[in-house]
Amino acid sequence: MDHIVDTRPGRGDRTLMPGGQAFITETRSAAREAGITLFDVTDPDQGIVHVISPELGIVLPGCTLIAPDSHSCTQGAFGALAWGIGSSEAEHAMATGTLRMVRPRTMRVRFTGMPGPGVTPKDMILTLIARYGAGGGKGYAVEFTGEAIDALDMEGRMTLCNMATEFSAMTGMIAPDEKTFQWLRGRRYAPRGAMLERALADWRTLASDPGARFDSEVEIDAAAIEPMVSWGTSPEHSVGISGQVPDDPPERPIRYMGVQPGQKLAGIPIDAAFIGSCTNGRLSDLRRAAALLKGRHVAPGVRALAVPGSMAVRRAAEAEGLDAIFTDAGFEWRMSGCSMCFYAGGESFPAGSRVISSTNRNFEGRQGPAIRTHIASPETVAASAIAGHIADPRELAQ
Amino acid sequence: MKPFTTLTALPAPLLLDNIDTDTIIPSREMKSTGKTGLADGLFAPWRYRTPGGRDPDPDFVLNRPDHADAQILLGGGNFGCGSSREHAVWALAEYGIRAIIAPGFAPIFASNCTRNGIVPVTLDRATIEEIAASHAPVTIDLAAQTVRQEGGACWPFDIGAEAKAMLLEGLDAIDLTLKNRAEIAAFQQADRASRPWIYLGDIGQ
Repeated sequence: MDHIVDTRPGRGDRTLMPGGQAFITETRSAAREAGITLFDVTDPDQGIVHVISPELGIVLPGCTLIAPDSHSCTQGAFGALAWGIGSSEAEHAMATGTLRMVRPRTMRVRFTGMPGPGVTPKDMILTLIARYGAGGGKGYAVEFTGEAIDALDMEGRMTLCNMATEFSAMTGMIAPDEKTFQWLRGRRYAPRGAMLERALADWRTLASDPGARFDSEVEIDAAAIEPMVSWGTSPEHSVGISGQVPDDPPERPIRYMGVQPGQKLAGIPIDAAFIGSCTNGRLSDLRRAAALLKGRHVAPGVRALAVPGSMAVRRAAEAEGLDAIFTDAGFEWRMSGCSMCFYAGGESFPAGSRVISSTNRNFEGRQGPAIRTHIASPETVAASAIAGHIADPRELAQ
Repeated sequence: MKPFTTLTALPAPLLLDNIDTDTIIPSREMKSTGKTGLADGLFAPWRYRTPGGRDPDPDFVLNRPDHADAQILLGGGNFGCGSSREHAVWALAEYGIRAIIAPGFAPIFASNCTRNGIVPVTLDRATIEEIAASHAPVTIDLAAQTVRQEGGACWPFDIGAEAKAMLLEGLDAIDLTLKNRAEIAAFQQADRASRPWIYLGDIGQ
């Protein structure tokens, strides 16, 4: 109940997506028949699966977690082996409790140094993908390490692991540490009491050994990373905010995006701004965007939406008054779901609109017919919404 | 699943990198909860002139008369990236595509292919460009793991032993796995004893 649900306040089973309502009611009755817990449209725990599973303590270090959605790798942030599968494999898992697979090769991506102010996990993962390509992680399970990773909170780690699939990796994961254990403590499906002590003893053994050998090693200087923004139609088409479209880019992406070779990204006018998704729809994402939006307003003519990743995120944000900051700034404040991260015949922006979006995919038509998507961090989306053009959030923060 | 042995056909070239599953079948074309009725929406953003429309764009490769009945596609790198939607493969299969030759495939997509009787053939980029330029049929021989052209070249390709066996014999993966039912049950029993917290209902007080 995340891709298909409506995110307009007052929602029920009806959705603007063709066939959406049938999908919701069929899923509900199938779940009931099979005795499967469903976090339904009006459930207080409803939300994007990769947001609510960690919220409820469903993902645990060392567990094997699959879902028929490519962004399932998000939950590798907890030291779980988590990855996306197709429907046939989901059926196989439900029928047998197993999957048949080839053991992936191993890659370690080490982020050395610390990212500067205004630089987020989204910018770190886009840097990796821009440098090594959208197919750069193919065949690998990737472990993210380094002091920049150790310093990340759990939500930031989820953002980073979320886009391992955009790197074509089977999964991305981070060794569980005290932050991981602290996050899980007291969550509904997480172990407790003596069982938690037993689990912790096991979880503390899960980190890679100091001398562990990987099939491939990559090192990125986190201190050199800028806020990133995409210019083309693949996440690999991304550059630092002070950068420009390459001088010799492939022809189809720049034609679709309506940008010129060598054009500077900052300053490109936008029509809309979107904050949300399984990549950047958590409380910390909303907080950081709200910090920039407070006391400011989106530029005239820019449509802006904020869509919390779960109803729990929405409630927590409202308790802090973030909803008022968003709405005062001219953003729509939505119920939780995948919303306009993708287009399925429901809501979209007018054809040809240029959208800056905290989502994970800038494919042709991803957000709607002829929509031009630039992916970036929530901060960059907020700063751009205020400016009316692609803008560096660091200038706003000063 | 339909077994795959050999296939001779004129491959349709779509030599772009990072062709994503949103393009292969946009969400708006996935109108039911079933696996069928998807072929019409295959490559809809490129195949038709207008979004949601059905007026063919004559420039799109599958709309050219010589490729209308394509069974083999030639693709670019990282083919099938993005969303895990198996609908992309169901749409290809329903359209009649039996094999895709590309320099590389996104992993979930490749796995979806082998579950649905489509052979993901990996060849290097230069070879694929050569095949496209020749505008001649190729024969894919899965048992021999080769792609060849009549009176000409023959290129070997790699495919996992299990994927190959499943495609060749049209095997059902679930049937195959259930042969190991006893081992699976034994593993789960032992795992449950050593890591009870992983299992719902055993998380303690």
